[in-house]
Amino acid sequence: MYAQMVKSTGERPKTLDEMTPEERAFQTRIDADIKIEPKEWMPEGYRKTLIRQISQHAHSEVVGQLPEGNWINRAPTLDRKAILIAKVQDEAGHGLYLYCAAETLGVSRDELIQQLLTGKAKYSSIFNYPSLTWADIGAIGWLVDGAAIMNQVQLQRCSYGPYSRAMIRICKEESFHQRQGYDIMMALMRGSPEQQEMAQDALNRWWWPSLMMFGPSDADSVHSAQSMAWKIKPVGNDELRQRFVDQTVPQAEFIGLKVPDPEVKWNEERGHYDFGEIDWEEFYRVLKGEGPCNRERMAARQKAWDDGEWFREGLMAHSKKRAAKKLAAE
Amino acid sequence: MSNEWPLWEVFIRGQHGLAHRHVGSLHAPDAEMAINNARDVYTRRNEGVSIWVVKASDISASAPSDKGPLFEPSNSKIYRHPTFYDIPEEVGHM
Repeated sequence: MYAQMVKSTGERPKTLDEMTPEERAFQTRIDADIKIEPKEWMPEGYRKTLIRQISQHAHSEVVGQLPEGNWINRAPTLDRKAILIAKVQDEAGHGLYLYCAAETLGVSRDELIQQLLTGKAKYSSIFNYPSLTWADIGAIGWLVDGAAIMNQVQLQRCSYGPYSRAMIRICKEESFHQRQGYDIMMALMRGSPEQQEMAQDALNRWWWPSLMMFGPSDADSVHSAQSMAWKIKPVGNDELRQRFVDQTVPQAEFIGLKVPDPEVKWNEERGHYDFGEIDWEEFYRVLKGEGPCNRERMAARQKAWDDGEWFREGLMAHSKKRAAKKLAAE
Repeated sequence: MSNEWPLWEVFIRGQHGLAHRHVGSLHAPDAEMAINNARDVYTRRNEGVSIWVVKASDISASAPSDKGPLFEPSNSKIYRHPTFYDIPEEVGHM
């Protein structure tokens, strides 16, 4: 997902009997769906897992602006351009809500950004794919934001108050992203054969990476078991992926697109769509930095950080000077 | 690194005459920039008619561990709620 394969403590969740009194009181509150707030006592593992998950999520929002930003000055109409700018601006906003949520756990913004730039912190694998045509902007909104919503809706119930509140805000705004993407795909599918082909090509390229966004099966993962016990991650990866497939396949069919998986078929008995095997080798390669755009994305983030340095420092110096002047005048 | 912009807490008054409500936080070098950034970050969809920003370091907060001593005393004072009193129906709405 926007946060994939977040490592937790690496151990199975403790039973109530194995916990210290503090841990037990904490777990009891989680089990009773009482939100945990910033300055309250929390296990170190809870704090660290949340920082990893929220910062990965924040980095994904920010890096996610790059493939779409690529098309702002080539959008086919002024309307589409205005919409795309608004969407990309939203992604920046979402990144900021999430960085702030992470900072309430005692990590600074600069530390978080350094973790991204040094590669210590990850961002979603999906943003390492290129946006080659205008139809990709449609596919990203429809599929990538669609998958993100699937994940974020359940994260609204996360046990950590600031993260949960950021998710509620983000979910409210995100629906526009998915709908504008589908709207682009619809317009193309009503267009010329070339436009239809372009839409199909975009779906072909984005379908599998979108399914990979949910991360590998976590049915047997100790990290996920702990994250679920702490209600940091209420629903498992496979279940979210299945929901996404069930939702998306009919949407594709409705506008005459074909999902690029011959094994996609409605399974009456399960009440779900069956789908083919995902190439996890590709996922791990992209995560390791060998995707088509990893280097380009990190270079863009590094450049933004370096180019902004004089600005950050200049404004801070100005603010200090003004504060000193004001003090002297008093 | 040490020169990080300070953190500001952002409060927005919504459309409907309600009090300013905490919506989140952001970093900015000074109050003016904090308001400008708050406009972009927290009111992209016409959510507000007024913005307050307060430096996070200027806020004093009660400690989570004081929750009991601070708030429990009011739990037992149920006579502060109107439903504590049984008023005969014949009296009408009160």
